[in-house]
Amino acid sequence: MQPGALSDALKKGAIWGFIVLELIFFSVAGEYLSLSDNAFMDYENMLLLLKQSAPIGIIAMGMTIVMINGNIDLSVGATYAIAAIILLDSMTWPIFAGLGDWVIPVAWLLALLAGTMLGALNGIIVWKTGVDAFIVTLGSMLGFRGIVFMFNGENPTSHLNWTLVDFAEAQVLGLHTATWFLAIVTLVLWYVMTRTVHGRNAYAIGDNREAAVNAGIRVGPHMMINFAIIGFLAALSAVVFYSESGSVNPNDGQLYELWVITAVVLGGTKITGGAGSVIGTLGGVIAIQLLRKGLGHIGADTSTVNLVIGLILIAVLVLDRQLNVKGKEELKV
Amino acid sequence: MATLTKQKIGSVLAKQGILVAFALFIIAFTFANPKFLSVDNLFSVIRSSAILGIMALGVTFVVISGNLDLSVGSMMSFSTIVVLDLHDKIGPFLAIPAMFAMTLCLGAFIGFLVGYLKLNSLIVTLGMLSAIHGLTLTYSGGKNMDIADKEGTWFSVFGQGTALGIPVPILIFLGLAAVLGLVLARTPFGRKVYAVGGNGTAATFSGIRRARTVFLCYVMSSACVAVAGLIQASRSLGSQNTVGQGLELEVLAAVILGGASLMGGSGTIFKTVIGVLILGFIQNGLLLLGLQFYVQFVVTWVIIILAVWLDIAAKRGKLWSPIA
Repeated sequence: MQPGALSDALKKGAIWGFIVLELIFFSVAGEYLSLSDNAFMDYENMLLLLKQSAPIGIIAMGMTIVMINGNIDLSVGATYAIAAIILLDSMTWPIFAGLGDWVIPVAWLLALLAGTMLGALNGIIVWKTGVDAFIVTLGSMLGFRGIVFMFNGENPTSHLNWTLVDFAEAQVLGLHTATWFLAIVTLVLWYVMTRTVHGRNAYAIGDNREAAVNAGIRVGPHMMINFAIIGFLAALSAVVFYSESGSVNPNDGQLYELWVITAVVLGGTKITGGAGSVIGTLGGVIAIQLLRKGLGHIGADTSTVNLVIGLILIAVLVLDRQLNVKGKEELKV
Repeated sequence: MATLTKQKIGSVLAKQGILVAFALFIIAFTFANPKFLSVDNLFSVIRSSAILGIMALGVTFVVISGNLDLSVGSMMSFSTIVVLDLHDKIGPFLAIPAMFAMTLCLGAFIGFLVGYLKLNSLIVTLGMLSAIHGLTLTYSGGKNMDIADKEGTWFSVFGQGTALGIPVPILIFLGLAAVLGLVLARTPFGRKVYAVGGNGTAATFSGIRRARTVFLCYVMSSACVAVAGLIQASRSLGSQNTVGQGLELEVLAAVILGGASLMGGSGTIFKTVIGVLILGFIQNGLLLLGLQFYVQFVVTWVIIILAVWLDIAAKRGKLWSPIA
């Protein structure tokens, strides 16, 4: 066995081990503490858990590839809200009145297009101006949110289309529509990141931008594509969620960026770029949702969820450092 | 000769661009609406920026030392809620120091993690954002906090009082800015902060205790947050649990607008104050022009990116980035 292979395997598997621990803990604790008669590991409950993971999960997939690429995107929550408003509002536009239910794909397309464009806009600014992605997307987080508010003031935008609600609530092969979208996005991005040139270059750029440039990789377009993808996914997440709920508040999606980044970091992606995986992020997303649901199940206050997740994030960081520090200490002067 | 002056103007613009932009901005708005430059209006702008501004002063230290602080928003909610709750339980005389002690503990904890354990500050403070929010909700039980006797307490002096005709929040903000500006520019500690942020390894080799410097920056930041929370609590004498939510990013925007680099090692308190005032005046000016409140977000977006872009473009001597 290669030196370090064990700790690598430990680190990769850690998030899944953590999920198993959570499942055992909440099942056992639920027996004694829960007020409901249902077991925590109830089939329906687990299906619901996957469905509820989808909105954050879909965006987290995009955040993973942006972070692997060495950037970050703080504007996803605002993009999410813009896409939701476009989806719901465009269905009521007079020019589409004659379309009947065919307005649904049109509205979806518009919302997804808007998300992709906003993401690409971030990407182009990062590429062409050379301003750090953190600052660019911090700015666009404010700007996009301003656009959301300019649209309809502080009023919610609502429109229910029952065909659409039926579609969003459908269960194919047991899984909800939202879960399917999460699964497909995960698979596609896993393929892109591990089996394509774009994926390999994205890792290379995040690991060492200088070296990537010297190796002849065009850094800019790759970064822009990844920003466009995360914009698209933020919009997709909104489209899936609001097809069912049918009403969006201008504040919706606030702090999503922070939840998403938490899930991605828990999943083992390095905030400095160059390392991480889409599958790990899926683990991170599920672990967080399990924690939310589990704490609710054993009757803990919902406020403790924030406390616990924050502390776990820091604990993971400390552990990660302890695991890494062994190898590096020998290199120290 | 002509080229020399051109270069000189260029370098002045590059170095003081933010001040020039600020001046142009004020002139433009004054022409558009003469009320803009009235004393009343100036006071109202600075007073409403004071809370954000005080937090930005502390974050400036953290950013110059090469780190980030995303936890100041939820920490401000925490101190506001704590001081309001303790006000009725143990009285304002004890409540204020108790709140300061608790907030400083949080700051010290973050400082320990980032300084001594050398953890990534972005993730640590992100985690603390969530954790402190949870702590606040647990403390308050999710309920809004209100002071029972709103008329009879002197506690409102920090947020609503005036001294010498000037609102107290403005005095606190400007006084704190002056003190911290001196600390940063004129004391050994201030120079250490720049050294640690500019080149941490070099600072360590020249005998600066890097961990301790970073630790103190976070403690400083939490002290500023405590002051901001005090003013917030005293201004409204009642508060929701989420009063500071989202402020962390606005604070950071102000600091960046002031020209501090996220890489660390550059920035000044004076420029941060300018950054805070620019944000405040944009908001105020757009309202006076009769535009919706939300337009300021879009304008802020454009201004932040332009400011940072022009700053680094001047440094590298090229407008467009060299990224292929």
